[in-house]
Amino acid sequence: MSKDIKIKKGLTIKLKGEAEKILSSAPRSRTFAIRPSDFHLITPKMVVKEGGKVQAGDTIFYSKRNEAVKFVSPVSGTLTKIERGAKRVITEIIIEADQQDTFRDFGILSPDSSSAEAIKTRLLEAGCWPFIMQRPYAVIADTEQEPRDIYVSAYSTAPLANDCDFSLKGKEKELQAAVTALSKLTTGQVHVGVSKSGDSPFNGLKDIVLHNVSGPHPAGNVGTQINKLGPVNKGEIVWTIAPQDLIIIGELLLTGKFHAERIIALSGSEVKTPKYYKTRIGSEAATFLYDSGLKDENVRVISGDVLTGKKISPKGHLGYYSNTVTVIPEGDDYELFGWNKPVFNKISTSRALTFSWLTPNKKYDLDTNTNGEHRAFVVTGVYEEVFPLDMYPLQMLKACMVQDLDEMEALGMYEVAPEDFALTEFVCVSKQPHQQIIRNGLDLMYKEIG
Amino acid sequence: MGLKQNLHKLKEKYKGTKMAPAFNALHTFLYTPNETTHSGSHVRAVDDLKRTMNTVIMALVPCLIFGIFNAGYQHYAAIDNTLRLDPLANFFTWDNFILGAWTVLPLVIVSYGVGLAVEFIFAIIKKHEVEEGYLVTGMLVPLIVPIDIPLWMLAVAVIFGVVIGKEVFGGTGMNILNPALTIRAFLFFAYPTWMSGDKVWVHGAKEMAGQPDAISGETILGSLAANTEPVYSTWDMFWGFIPGSVGETSTFLIILGALFLIFTKVGSWRIMLSSVIGAIVMGLIFNGVADAGWIEKSSNFYGLMSEPFWHHLIIGSAAFAIVYMATDPVTASQTNKGKWIYGFFIGFMGIMIRVFNPAYPEGFMLSILLMNVFAPTIDHYVVQGNIKKRMKRLKVKTA
Repeated sequence: MSKDIKIKKGLTIKLKGEAEKILSSAPRSRTFAIRPSDFHLITPKMVVKEGGKVQAGDTIFYSKRNEAVKFVSPVSGTLTKIERGAKRVITEIIIEADQQDTFRDFGILSPDSSSAEAIKTRLLEAGCWPFIMQRPYAVIADTEQEPRDIYVSAYSTAPLANDCDFSLKGKEKELQAAVTALSKLTTGQVHVGVSKSGDSPFNGLKDIVLHNVSGPHPAGNVGTQINKLGPVNKGEIVWTIAPQDLIIIGELLLTGKFHAERIIALSGSEVKTPKYYKTRIGSEAATFLYDSGLKDENVRVISGDVLTGKKISPKGHLGYYSNTVTVIPEGDDYELFGWNKPVFNKISTSRALTFSWLTPNKKYDLDTNTNGEHRAFVVTGVYEEVFPLDMYPLQMLKACMVQDLDEMEALGMYEVAPEDFALTEFVCVSKQPHQQIIRNGLDLMYKEIG
Repeated sequence: MGLKQNLHKLKEKYKGTKMAPAFNALHTFLYTPNETTHSGSHVRAVDDLKRTMNTVIMALVPCLIFGIFNAGYQHYAAIDNTLRLDPLANFFTWDNFILGAWTVLPLVIVSYGVGLAVEFIFAIIKKHEVEEGYLVTGMLVPLIVPIDIPLWMLAVAVIFGVVIGKEVFGGTGMNILNPALTIRAFLFFAYPTWMSGDKVWVHGAKEMAGQPDAISGETILGSLAANTEPVYSTWDMFWGFIPGSVGETSTFLIILGALFLIFTKVGSWRIMLSSVIGAIVMGLIFNGVADAGWIEKSSNFYGLMSEPFWHHLIIGSAAFAIVYMATDPVTASQTNKGKWIYGFFIGFMGIMIRVFNPAYPEGFMLSILLMNVFAPTIDHYVVQGNIKKRMKRLKVKTA
């Protein structure tokens, strides 16, 4: 049963440098990188050694906790280096790409006629399982448990985010294959949230329940949609998958190949010509960054959007899950009397000599400055204005900080992911690291209860 | 640019030393730091705690300036009663300002000087940054004390208030009681003769007591508690040409401050509105009791009980307390629903204590401190409501 979702609380952050709806192909990347830190709480167990040859789709490593969860190469080439950090933790696996791709052939699997077991086995062996995230805990889905429902948000409201209606265009066949396959893995349904005003490729697909979503950010966050459609209760599990990952799953089923293609939105005020690029998971960011050109040296390159992405070096590689790359100025400079003078060029939810309320449609050029120092929680009532989930954000954060598991559970910790606290973090007067606090809380729960 | 670079070098030099918090406090006062985001959201909104606190201070400045003039005015008007006939003409005068500044500014200086010194010492000992909470407290304190309070008393009270009211709990954001009111309560219970009666509200009244040219300046609440009709008109009360604590007399300016705080979204309108409602409800109840004749005219409480309910909001510290003290986010309820309950009871209890307290006819200090203590309990039950909803959902599912 379709249900429209409309939220009122929230904040759409309008930034300069939105990606123009032009699709270019990024030059082929020379090296590819997989960062195990993209897969939260996964300890990699290497299969391929340094110097080993891989095809696209060959397993590189699997999860130490669960051997069935495999991670595969997005490209064919030679594994040249395994970078290690403190305590010999693997930080990056570098693969030097061949001139031409060779794919490992997993064989075609018809989503309509295959059993749930066959689909699951295929997703696991072809390295598509890591695309499936679960709540509670916001980690890669448990292979043993059947989800109550599966949620996909094909509507992005995050600042400068990838417009799914554009980047998914023409991929109806793959999407259909993926959702049909996934619908067999759940006792419930596959819920897809689409923009109310847009023209989504999901319109008209079968085996899904379509929901029209409207409202300010975080309306497009899958967490918000879950909270409005069917909040996660204790003991339940739901899965979430990003729409571009559905395409990779669909390709796998239809062609038998792991086709790690990404259409990324290169955006941000420091990009000369922000637009969309066709590239691949783990590519060098430089391949498209320098194709578009950067305006300045002192910039921050973010694999993801400005609220939830990860910082990468301009010479670094695209993150495993990212479909947006944002480049904004670093804010590592002092500002004279920045705390009391009237501010016109930055966003604020208050009106304390800040004037962004006068110009709701203005696009801003925000930098990475924290605009103040870290403090204890003082101001109250600010988070609630931008937090549409039916729970108490401040109390939740405090429960996580004091590691009170009972309180966390009672307040609704099973329902949230760190990204749900990105906006409260953005508006936080005390500059507290909300997403980190929630992540630590979830990890603690996972360790103690999960 | 020179200053910026030099300060940056000094900051690097002090980094990790004991004096770093003290230096950083001064440095960040001049420049917002060059700190960038490390985890989570890469961009942040512009509001920080300094800006928030500064907004409250801006809302308080008119009260301070008015208080300075009023200190002089009350003194001269007590000597020469004819001045009261035309307060507007005799209020904003240089004489009033000079005498007022001479008596009020030392209070401000002592409040900030002593309070910030304590904050710096604690920041250095406990190795945390100097937090901004005292910027507001330090401004509130001189505005809520009687004009002639000896400076050493103020200093002792400030030390007590900051240490016991705040630092022992871990500093700004952790305290249970409003620090400014803790200071006020300490003064009240430690030095009651300096804090109540009819000799403390007008500059010089205490010194000149017993002399032939003695002056007195009873507050309106004082006269009402003594069942005598106050001598001030309602407009005097509203504009603030009346004796009282330094900055709390002008309801007009307090309303302006309240509108500013609500507009900037720094002060909670929920608390302010519900406090006013609470005070009106209690005032109406007392009016009803007095009108129904359930209380003797000779009763101690008749004067205050029969005072029209809306008058309660413009006399005494009611307005000031509701706008600037009850809304302290740290010690108030932290949930929006809780704020309604918390505010309502501040108004309700404030008027109740005001009427029934025989020794000191002002109740808002005590009612806010009381509700500060109850705020976490209120929040607990509000949050429980949300938790219960979640439990119910689970039960329906599993049933």
